[in-house]
Formats: sequence, structure tokens, C-alpha cells
Amino acid sequence: MEKTPGKTGFSRRAFLKGSSAAAAATALATAPDVAEAHQVGTAVLAGPTVIVLTVNGKDHKVNVEPRTTLLEVLRYQLDLTGAKPVSGDGSSGASTVLVDGKPMMASTLLAVAVRGKKIETVEGRGGEKTPDAVQKAFVQYDAQQCGFCTPGFVVATRAFLDKNPKATEADIRGGLNGNICRCGTYANVIQAAIAVAKGGGNG
Amino acid sequence: MAEQYSWPARGKTSIIGKSHSRLDGPEKAAGTAKYTYDINFDKQLIVRALGCPHGHARIKSIDTAAAAKVPGVDYIHAFKKAGDEIEWSGELIVAVAAISGGAAAEGVSKIKVQYEVLDSFTAEDDLEAAIKAGRTKRGGGKSLTAREPGDDDDEDEFVDAEIERLLKAAKFTVDAYFGIDSITHCCLEPHGTTVKWEGDRLVAYLSTQNVSGTDDQFARGLNITADDVDVHCQYIGGGFGSKFAVDYWGLAAAEISKATGRPVKFLLSRDQEFKLGGNRPSGYLKVRLGADENGVVQVWDSHHWGTSGYTGGGVSHSVVPYVLTPPNYRRKATSIKCNTARARAWRAPNHPQACAITQTAFDELAKVMGADSYDVFKANLPSASNGKADLYAAEMEIGAKLIDWKANWHLHGKGPKKGSVVEGLGMALHTWGGTANTSSAIVRVYPDGSVEAFCGTQDLGTGTRTVCAMVLAETFGLPVEDIKINIGSSKMPFSGASGGSTTVGAVSESHRRAGQDALAEIFKLAGKKLDADADDLEAIGGRIRVKGKPKRSISWKQACGGLGLKPLEVTSSYKRGDESPLSSSGVGGVQMAHVAVDTETGIVKMKKFVAVQDMGLIINRKLAESQINGAVIMGIAYSLFEQRLIDPKTGAFLNAEMRDYKLPRLGDVGDIVVSLYEPESERKRGVIGLGEPPVISPGAAISNAICNATGVRVRVLPATPKRVLDALKKARA
Ligand code: FES
Repeated sequence: MEKTPGKTGFSRRAFLKGSSAAAAATALATAPDVAEAHQVGTAVLAGPTVIVLTVNGKDHKVNVEPRTTLLEVLRYQLDLTGAKPVSGDGSSGASTVLVDGKPMMASTLLAVAVRGKKIETVEGRGGEKTPDAVQKAFVQYDAQQCGFCTPGFVVATRAFLDKNPKATEADIRGGLNGNICRCGTYANVIQAAIAVAKGGGNG
Repeated sequence: MAEQYSWPARGKTSIIGKSHSRLDGPEKAAGTAKYTYDINFDKQLIVRALGCPHGHARIKSIDTAAAAKVPGVDYIHAFKKAGDEIEWSGELIVAVAAISGGAAAEGVSKIKVQYEVLDSFTAEDDLEAAIKAGRTKRGGGKSLTAREPGDDDDEDEFVDAEIERLLKAAKFTVDAYFGIDSITHCCLEPHGTTVKWEGDRLVAYLSTQNVSGTDDQFARGLNITADDVDVHCQYIGGGFGSKFAVDYWGLAAAEISKATGRPVKFLLSRDQEFKLGGNRPSGYLKVRLGADENGVVQVWDSHHWGTSGYTGGGVSHSVVPYVLTPPNYRRKATSIKCNTARARAWRAPNHPQACAITQTAFDELAKVMGADSYDVFKANLPSASNGKADLYAAEMEIGAKLIDWKANWHLHGKGPKKGSVVEGLGMALHTWGGTANTSSAIVRVYPDGSVEAFCGTQDLGTGTRTVCAMVLAETFGLPVEDIKINIGSSKMPFSGASGGSTTVGAVSESHRRAGQDALAEIFKLAGKKLDADADDLEAIGGRIRVKGKPKRSISWKQACGGLGLKPLEVTSSYKRGDESPLSSSGVGGVQMAHVAVDTETGIVKMKKFVAVQDMGLIINRKLAESQINGAVIMGIAYSLFEQRLIDPKTGAFLNAEMRDYKLPRLGDVGDIVVSLYEPESERKRGVIGLGEPPVISPGAAISNAICNATGVRVRVLPATPKRVLDALKKARA
């Protein structure tokens, strides 16, 4: 098996450069089986298989079947339970994660389809003690009640403001509509997002 | 024991009545808060279940052989057997436990069930059809007339004649029909549990509003004692009245776990959450009312119907007409037995529907009179069944200013048209009890001055932890962050279920009591050091000091040092219904809506919504405002978007997915303006619950605003674009 970039153009060197956890990742990425698992080819998979997913800057070896979703891997193998299972079709936005910087629903992505992509979950944004600007604003403006929709909203808001750093209130009302909150935190989410945008997108 | 429990006077608090961010906010925003769905045990099995697709059927056979052979499937649990009758769509038939969700789902797909499909009835709005199908039940009623019948009069005949006489004598009359469809709870975290056995003990993480009450439910269902059950719920992803019970799938999880010797996770799938997780009864009402020349309603005669599912039920007659209760009325309710899942308590049971189907009639009266709706509501305030006419009047004035009622008002259907868009105003008012629930708390003060509390309550999103910490921090004169709050376990002191706006009152009672009791002990210790009487001390700013002599003080820590090696532990309780200076019940609340209706597309846009709300003494303004924002948004949801759709032929639930069950999104809610009304007359009554009241009025307020904009009533909520267009078309014809 070749240990060179696969067909999708995944480059291990680029990965190492971009990785914030370079030391750990190096050790992991040089193991032959992992490098093999990194291959992103066109082979049709059947049955359980081991692949590597890059989540929050770290490589993780995970066991998947063709039907396994990214959300299942995050929640059951990596103990990253921030992204929530609410709707299988992604229409609630509760499982929003960033895939190569774009907001996507982990519930509608197959794990095998996101090999070689950079996956970022809400946990990668900052912890309870080191929140990012959006998380801070969500707490300050109380954009959360039960909180079940909150991680999805935090990631979606971050992605929206990354794309529209100067977003106005009207932009936010018009653009941040991929997530559902049953407790009714929208008014507070709007305030939080405005505050972050006013701070130049970084709060 | 502190002799007298009390709250500090207004202006004398450093924490209570202020805004404080929720203490568990950082965990929720970081995605590290662990809900029942997020608890994973080693070697756990995941359960998926098969539900019945028919509204009414008899099971002929169940074949699980192929399912059992699916790799990864470990156990099959049958809820039903051949011969059983199923009375609503979604009812669970068989559960499959497997090593992954995928394997369990594959197992479910291999189960073969044969049904004999039976006739189902689901036309909950169609009284005639229900009568014909033999599906109606008496739902109760009551009549009251200002004049008494004579000794020889037949009572029914007298009431009948009196109502007709009063209607004839009335200056203005309304004869109308209003309705509101069934909706679901749609908790984002579905119902369910993650369980494991530790020997004979059951450890259950349960998505519940009832931590202290569900250990007993597990115990009874499993034939063990409640002492052998630990229920945990640190976080819950929505309840709204639907999560008081362990439910049969919760018991099944424990049974499967016992049988397989492995931990089990069983949460409903999204469609099952819609079908089984809870729904709110529908209500449809025919009314005739008569008013005098001032718009004061003198006589009300109504009959309403609807369903709570296959056992009947519906909106209680006792709240019809809602709040505004004329001197003469006759009300009658009929319940319809439908092949739909049994309803569960939905935020302010009965009230939102009653408000939506009766306060619309008062607005209709304003339309008939060619009068300002505000004036008609105002004229009828003296008939408020809770005696809160003055409170409502004050709240109406505040609301009118905030929504600029005078400037924006026009007679129904007589406003300016911008292109195809017309705007309108509507209002409604509500009431709720919100008494404090039973609650006990343990407060521990350690010799190093740290403070910890334990209480078997839960946080539905209200901010329970934050309320507990604020109450203790205020009591001890410490910062909120210095108080460690422990909730969410059935092993902690009993605290009642969170339902009916009873939690903030409950935990404020138990924590203030325990706090004041503990403080009395600390004062005794400090008194010795300060050479002062314990009664002369106060706890402020991290110090215990002699009242009036702030210089004579010691730090909280020094005072607690007097405890020696042992922490001080105090348990204090409040029993629901007991007279207390700390809490009471009964609130009002007024809401006003400003909408824009596009008469070409039928789309209703929320421009502004004003909610004026009293709640006795406010503990945390920020959390109170969030509660109201959230309630209003849920109100916008049931007024304009959500409805349960059941196929009339098969009884199948048609929109049991998030994409099909319409809920508002962030861009749909307009500007929400919240005004917390806390005059001294209300504040001195103590804490009163807030979860339910603000969710009640949106239906009527928004329906009234649409009617004011277009001059046409959309008879049944939600006012979907199709219904708006149909109503406009009918009015033109
Ligand atoms: S906070 Fe409960 S669903 Fe959004």
C-alpha cells in the first residue's frame, strides 16, 4: 500500500503543518496502519473497517461501517457529545459541525465520506473555561435555556459570522435559520450574534 | 431555626432581583453539559423500536426471527403480542437492542408484523362526524345566571330562556367559531433513558422533569424498592410538561439491561418523539355572546370540543370563557375519542387553548362594534375571574405604550395597504397559579467558609441552579460563584416535579429557609467572637457584622472557623400549599402583537410582540426575561406554524419529522419586548412561578392582530398561509 497522498489530494505534509497537535499527530500518523487508514480511495467498503478522522486538530482511529454517520463516531467513539441527534435529516441543525470550515450536519454525513477532511466540533471552539467569543456571548446574552440546541447554534453562529464578519441584525435574522430551538432562545441568540459581530466577529 | 423567614426589602438586596448569567451556561455553550442522551457506558446496547403505522389495528402476528439474526443484535423485547389492539399510530410493538444504532435499526427493519387494520377516527375538529361515529363523551359544563330561577321553574329551561332573553336584549352580539389544532411537545432531546445495573441497584440517567419522583416509578415497575434506584438528570433537553414519567420504554430499558447484563440506552427516535412523546389537546368552540352599549359582555353561551386522544378529554370547560367571565354564561364541553396518542400536560394545560378560542370572541365584538379592541378588553376587566382588574389595567397601559397602540391602531380591516401588505394589532391577557412546589434542601457550611447545597430538583432550562445559588449567596452575603449547588439526583432531598411553574418558588423556599436556618447558627458563633447578640448581626459583603456598626465585624471565613472540624449541616423544607412569606400564587399578564399580513401570499410576519408580566418577587431578571422570550416564541409557533397532521383515513401521523412539523426559526419571531412588572404590591407577595403564564396569550393576541390587519378572522390556529388565503377568499365571496 502506498503511503502517498490519496486521490482526493489529501496531503499528509499539509496536515502536519496545519495541525495544532503536531507532536501527537506525528506519532500517530507515522504508524503504518494509520497511514493506510488515511487513504481516501475509491474502494467500496463493506462491513466494519478502521479509518482515521481528523477531529479538532487530532487524528483519531475509529471503527466504522459504511452506514456509520459522523455524528455516531463523534458521540460513541470520541466522547464528543456536543453535537446532538435531533433530526436524522439535519433539519434541526443540532448536529452542526464544521467540515473544512463549512457548517454541515454530522447526522447526515457518513463517517467514511469525511476522511481527510478537517472536522471541527463545538468542543474544538473552546472549553468551559476558555470559551470563544461566540460561546461567551451565548452565556452573557443567555442564548440558551435547556441548552440542547446550543452547541449546534454556537457552531452555526461561528460559521455565519466567519463568513459575514460585519453582519447586521437584518443579516443575522435573514441568515441564521438552519437551527431550531424549541425553548425559544432566538431573541437571545440574535443579541449574542450582534454583540459578536460588533466586536469585529471575535467579540 | 430562624423564627421568621423573609426576603430582604427592595433596595436592600445585592443579588436578588438583579441579572446573573446562568451558572451552567459555559458547559452548555461548550457542548460539555451531559444530557441523558450523552451518557455512554462501556459495552452499552442501543435500542431502536418498531412502532405501529396504523391509527387503529389488531396485531395478527409478529415475526422477529430475521431481526435476531442481524449481526450485532443482542436482545429483542416485545411490547405487544398477537391479538393486541393498537389504538394510535406510533405505539411501540417491538424493541431491538444491539451494539450500535445501525445494527439495532437494521434489526427493526427485519421485523415482520401483520395487522388487521381497523376503522380509525381522527377528525377531532368535526363534531358532527364524531357524534355519528359514536366517538363523543360529555366533557362537563356549567351555567350561571344573574337572575335566579323561580321555585317552580325547570332549571335548564330557565337558563335556556334567560340566555335567549339576554342575547335578544344585547346591543351587540357575536355568533362565531374559533379553534386551535393539536400540537406536540417536540422536545429536542427525546424521551428516554440510559441505564445500568450495579448488582441489584438500578442507575438510571433519565430525561425527566421529575427527578425526585421517578425512582419510585422505576421501583414499582420493576418490583424493587425506590432505595435501590438512583435517578440522575443533570441536564434535560426540553420537557414542557411531557416528561414526568419513566414511561414504558424506560422500564423496558431497565428490563433489557437486566436480561442482557449490559448497560442500555433507549431514547425515542424523532418520529416516535412526535407520536408518543406528548401532545396538547385541540379545542374548537362555537359561541354566541351579547354585550351592552359599552362593549361589556353580559351573556356568553358556548360549546366546545376537541381531543386528548383515545380516552377522550380535551380543553376543560372550567377555563371557558377565559379570565373575562360575564355575569351570565352557559358553557358546555364535549370530548372526542380519537385514534391519537394520549395528550400530556403542555405548558399551562388548558389555558393557551381556552385563551385562543375565547378571547378572540372579545376581539370579534370590537370588530362588530367598530370599536378599539383595547377599549373593549378594558371595559370587560371588572369581570376578571381572578379579581385582578386593576393589575390588568396597569399592565395594559404599559403594553400599549411599548407597542405604540394609539399610533398603530386602526379599525379592523381599515388600515393602510402597502402593496399587498396590511398590518394590525391584537391583544390578550392571562392568569396562572404558579404556587411553589414541595421542596427540601440540605445546606452545608464548611469550617473553611465554603458552602454547598443539595436538592433533588432539576433544571428544565429555567436556570434552577442559578436561582438556588443566588438565594443562598444573598442570604450569606457571599458572591454567587462561592456557592456550590448540587441538583439532579433522586438521592438528594425531595423536591417536587418541575411542572406548572412551581420550581423557582420551590427552590427559593427550600434554599432561603435552609440558608436562614444555617445563618442563625453561624450568627451564634460569630456573636461569641464579636461579643454581640446573634440577633444583632447581619451577613453582608463576605462579612458578619453588628447591625449599625459595620466596623465591628469578622469575615465569613473567620465566623465559619468557629465550627471547629465539623461542617454545619441544615435541612429545611417547604410543603406545597403552606402559607409562607416567601412565596404565593396567582399572576396576570398582558400581551400585544403587531403583525404584517401579505394578502397575496397569506404569510403572516411578526413585527413586534410585547409581553408585560408580573411574577411576584423577581429572583433573576435575566432568566425571567429569557423565560418570557421563550414562552412568546413557543406561542408564535402554535399561532402561525405548528400543527399535528393526522391522515383522516388511516390515522397515520403525517408530519412526524422536524422538516415537516413546522416550527419558527430565528428570522420568524420579530421583535419581542419583555416588561417585568414588579410593583411593591406584587413584590411583597414573594416568589411566584413564571414558566407557564407568558405562553398563554400569544394565540389570541396574534389571531386578533391578523383579524385587525385584514378585517377577516382566520378561524382556526395555526394561521398558516393557506388558512389566511382561504379566509380572505371566503370573505371576498
Ligand atoms: S435551549 Fe432548549 S432547544 Fe434551544
